[in-house]
Amino acid sequence: MSVDKNMNVLIVDDYTTMLRIIKNLLKQLGFNNVDEATDGSMALEKVKKKSYGLIISDWNMEPMTGLDFLKHVRAANEPYKNTPFIMITAESKTENVIAAKQAGVNNYIVKPFNAETLKSKIATVLGDF
Amino acid sequence: MSGVSTHPQEGDGERSEKKQRIVRIINSVIDKVEKAEGVSREAIYHELKDLQHIIEESRREIAMARPKDISDKDIPGATDELDAVVEATAQATGSIMDACDVISDKAMEIGGDGGDAIMDQVTKIYESCSFQDITGQRITKVVKTLKSIEETINKLTHIMEEKMPGLPDHEPEMSYEESLLNGPQLPGQAISQDDIDKLLAEFGD
Repeated sequence: MSVDKNMNVLIVDDYTTMLRIIKNLLKQLGFNNVDEATDGSMALEKVKKKSYGLIISDWNMEPMTGLDFLKHVRAANEPYKNTPFIMITAESKTENVIAAKQAGVNNYIVKPFNAETLKSKIATVLGDF
Repeated sequence: MSGVSTHPQEGDGERSEKKQRIVRIINSVIDKVEKAEGVSREAIYHELKDLQHIIEESRREIAMARPKDISDKDIPGATDELDAVVEATAQATGSIMDACDVISDKAMEIGGDGGDAIMDQVTKIYESCSFQDITGQRITKVVKTLKSIEETINKLTHIMEEKMPGLPDHEPEMSYEESLLNGPQLPGQAISQDDIDKLLAEFGD
């Protein structure tokens, strides 16, 4: 099954630089419908209002972290609870990866990363494109 | 046996030696008071006078260390500088990415192998720009650590002020030359290049 590149993608990061980088890399991979949020609570509001085919979120944000956001998404009894979720973080500690996996993350990218890594992780979650 | 016990710590050097002297004097005074017989009041007075001298000297040394300066000026100054680094790198990264946006639009117009080759390079620039996010996060961690040190010093200063009232507050004056070596100025504290140009223009040729 091929990936629908017209799907809505939500990217979440408190650094506008990073949002811009991810958005541009996604654009170059063919994903043009990209929404942005700067923390977990703003992202949660967005997933409640709109259907997303993929969420890519930073971990380290305030007030709501990426991990808390992930837990809220997975805990909800709503259609969005199964949305594919990729966590991006500068923290590559084993316990963080385990915590994210236990919370239901689909994949995990450590910063800094390149377009190739982003593409391969998205492919792992959504299928080849 | 009454008296004050002494536990010298290795590496404390002069401070430890001073502490031991104080303890020795206190023990000597206690000992003389306990034995009392044959000890003149004058001898006890001199012992106490020595003790007073050492305490005064210690107070001066604490004041010279200027812990309040560290918490009131040095650490806030350092955190402001680090915040300014994050701000400046964010602005510079923004400018680089603005240029990348223009180049990538042109590359798409060009198309073909040439356009693709340009896009590949633009992608590498975008990827490299993530340094700003990573350095920003690391600097933020350093700022948090500095603020925590600042809080600890504030607490210690507060305790010292309570226990040792009247600590002299030495404020060494900065020379004119030293005061000129503070740049670069933080945003908001500095005047802009335009302001400087206007100022210089007012002086005429």
